[in-house]
Amino acid sequence: MSETFTAKIWVLGDDIDTDIIMPTEYLALKNVEDMKPYAFSPLRPELAALIGPGDMIVAGKNFGCGSSREQAPEVVKALGISCIVAKSYARIFFRNAINNGILLIENADLRDYVEEGGVAEVTPGEKIVYNGKEFKIAALPDNLLEILNAGGLVKAMRKRNGLD
Amino acid sequence: MGHTLVEKVIGNKVGREVTPGEIVTVDVDWCMVDDIMVPFCVSKFEEMGFKKVYDPDKIVLIYDHFLPASQVDDSRHFRVGNEFAAKYGLKNVHRTDGVCHQLMTEAGYVKPGDIAFGTDSHTVTYGCVGAFSTGIGYTEMAGILGTGQLWIKVPETIKVQVDGKLPANVTSKDVILRVLGDLTASGATYQSLEFVGSTIDDMSISSRMAMSNMAVECGAKNGIFVPDEKTCEYCGIEYTDEIRALRPDEDAVYARVMKYRAEDMVPVLACPSQVDNIKDVSELEGKQVDEVFLGSCTNGRLEDLHVAAEIMKGKKKAPFVQFIVTPASRKIYKEALDDGTLQILSDAGAIITTPGCGLCCGRAGGILTDYEVVVATNNRNFLGRMGTSKVQIYLASPATAAATALTGVITAAK
Repeated sequence: MSETFTAKIWVLGDDIDTDIIMPTEYLALKNVEDMKPYAFSPLRPELAALIGPGDMIVAGKNFGCGSSREQAPEVVKALGISCIVAKSYARIFFRNAINNGILLIENADLRDYVEEGGVAEVTPGEKIVYNGKEFKIAALPDNLLEILNAGGLVKAMRKRNGLD
Repeated sequence: MGHTLVEKVIGNKVGREVTPGEIVTVDVDWCMVDDIMVPFCVSKFEEMGFKKVYDPDKIVLIYDHFLPASQVDDSRHFRVGNEFAAKYGLKNVHRTDGVCHQLMTEAGYVKPGDIAFGTDSHTVTYGCVGAFSTGIGYTEMAGILGTGQLWIKVPETIKVQVDGKLPANVTSKDVILRVLGDLTASGATYQSLEFVGSTIDDMSISSRMAMSNMAVECGAKNGIFVPDEKTCEYCGIEYTDEIRALRPDEDAVYARVMKYRAEDMVPVLACPSQVDNIKDVSELEGKQVDEVFLGSCTNGRLEDLHVAAEIMKGKKKAPFVQFIVTPASRKIYKEALDDGTLQILSDAGAIITTPGCGLCCGRAGGILTDYEVVVATNNRNFLGRMGTSKVQIYLASPATAAATALTGVITAAK
């Protein structure tokens, strides 16, 4: 998890709730691929089509607040988002994202410094560099890192059940 | 060092004292899976390679969000749930009984001191009986179904103390909205809310449920009440010494203490489109509305219907307002039918729908379009929650909702 990568930035605000990330009316679509076009649609209907594989989201506080719908982090992953950097996360989204193998980074300063379309260089557990400015980031607790490194909770459980 | 209530509930489960911040693995008493999440949960469970569930009697499947089905694929969720229940021997399947968070205590599952997880964020509701309960995703739920366990971080506690007697037109909904406004939408993230004080002691279990239900709206992991005689009567159990011990210690340590005088409380609204955007009803009085919704796992209980019926008895709703009433469960529906409450509301012009989540989650039964205004008793007013993203949702108490339905403009009850 410690390899450095670069990513194009999409900027979002505070309190981005799960109804915005994936509205209820699309939750019964059979799979996450079908849901992809509707991600973030109540707030920015054009966004899902613009996000490319490897891009990152930089957001304000309380990202993913609201419902426990795991379709929200799953669709973020399906869009190819490499990581999310937010000032803080709502707790259910935080768990769900880690369980789906999405890299989450908490940082109080980056959001107010970056511009949409800019590119950041991310070294997980260590730092983010944007326009030559360095932002320190913390490592995740061990039990979460274990799930993340296994590739998510399903893979961790398969290992527990002697399947992989 | 003393402990808060949630620390005691978790400590009892792991068999030792626990400290906020530490990560512990708990045995799970109850798992609730709602219809939206059933197919996702089942496929993750099978992908994980489990051959059986940890205890079929501790798992409850509840069909509520898609009832009655409003889109052609909805019934697939019921079919997948029924097949899963048959395959693994689950008996606790509620197919048309009401909203999950009402049923988990009403139907006798969750009791004081229990630990429960559900695939819906309003699982925090069961704190009303002194349980630790919170929402999780379907992948974690699939893991619990197989192992019976989950890791949790012991939360810090915010004490919310309310003393005194509430004014006649103020309900527990106004109290929790006021608290949310003060805490903000992320003010209690990763923390537990503990509700205490003489106002809380005087509240019915229904009133407490409206408050624990909304604990998640400030990011809290749960919202918990000290179980008392009323709780035990509601749960149909004896008030034992073990339950008496489920209370915070005098020297418990809190992250924050918030104190309120009940007499200072006024009717309030959560204004578009954030639950913490709280204003006094008096500031918005006279604003025209298109719809009023009385229902949901927040305020669809018999007590809430009684409040509305008392205000509306012998009167008619405003002509252009759609007034939608959704009892939270079949039991409540039956009780309101038998005691004449539904008659009063129907005579006032209400559209009375079957128990379920429909309108609250924007799925069915009264969804709105651009620029329309709704006063609603449920728990979320997010963008697009009850229709298009330009719908204006104002969250209110059952009293404010009923008074507003009569006038057609935002109105505080007398």
